[in-house]
Amino acid sequence: MNDLSMHVLDIVQNSITAGANLIGIEVIEKIMENTLTICISDNGKGMSPEQLIQVTNPYFTTRTTRKVGLGVPLFKQNAEMSGGSFNIESNMEKGTIVTAVFGYNHLDRPPLGDMANVVVLLVSSNPALDFIYTHRYNEKTYIFDTREVKEVLIPIPVNEPRIIRMLTEMILENCKDMKEGKSN
Amino acid sequence: MDKIKSLDDLRKMKQAVQSQLNLRERGENSENYVQIKVAMATCGIAAGAREVMNAFLRKIEDDKILAIVTQTGCMGYCHSEPTVEVKKPGEEPIIFGHVDAKKADSIVDKYIKNGELLEGIIPVNYQTIV
Repeated sequence: MNDLSMHVLDIVQNSITAGANLIGIEVIEKIMENTLTICISDNGKGMSPEQLIQVTNPYFTTRTTRKVGLGVPLFKQNAEMSGGSFNIESNMEKGTIVTAVFGYNHLDRPPLGDMANVVVLLVSSNPALDFIYTHRYNEKTYIFDTREVKEVLIPIPVNEPRIIRMLTEMILENCKDMKEGKSN
Repeated sequence: MDKIKSLDDLRKMKQAVQSQLNLRERGENSENYVQIKVAMATCGIAAGAREVMNAFLRKIEDDKILAIVTQTGCMGYCHSEPTVEVKKPGEEPIIFGHVDAKKADSIVDKYIKNGELLEGIIPVNYQTIV
């Protein structure tokens, strides 16, 4: 995994497999506190306490096509290597919340990467599911909610190539403005 | 043109996209579409599946191919990632291995447009050793 956005792309697949139809992706950059937090929450079927204990074990996977599952362990390793922490909460009825905290300035923290691209790829690949992408930068917040976006776009599907490009631009521009202190 | 930033901007752009879509006689049923599924589990992503997916999206937009690009999980071909399954309407799906952005373009140009087969196809009877 070259950057954190790749981990997000990977971890969200677990939410999709768990049957979630609403997935939250939150990136919180707090420069003063020297933390970068990534939180992925879903309303999928959740995990049992037994599964939850096993989930960071690379030799645990629910799939049958292969015997290893590296997604969660790699994400955890990267968080811990940058002086951060990793936590998963899960409830069989409510869903799962994965939280990874990274040391913002730590040398071993991978760059955030292209989050706009990752969010839009997820949205366009899973048009039936809804995503809420929240990006916080210090005190500012940008929220991209597919429920609003889809309503605006009716009847055009979110996986139409031109729409995909527009949505990427929309997220990129808003996050750029937020970081440069222009709005929000 | 100004950059799209708000939902209002999106609303304004919608009409332009919509009128072009009608020209393409977009059918309601997805059976007329080429289905492109990029394997995006940990193995695929680490091998560069995201760039492959972006390349397919760019290519089908540029060449106006009636196709839907989606993600799929790991099919057990971790050794050949990034893998892509392409299903043309009315045909059996074909899985391509070791795909990169350049190969994504040739899959569209050669296989999707002309039905030519390319190197790197994973045979359907291939079985992973578990």
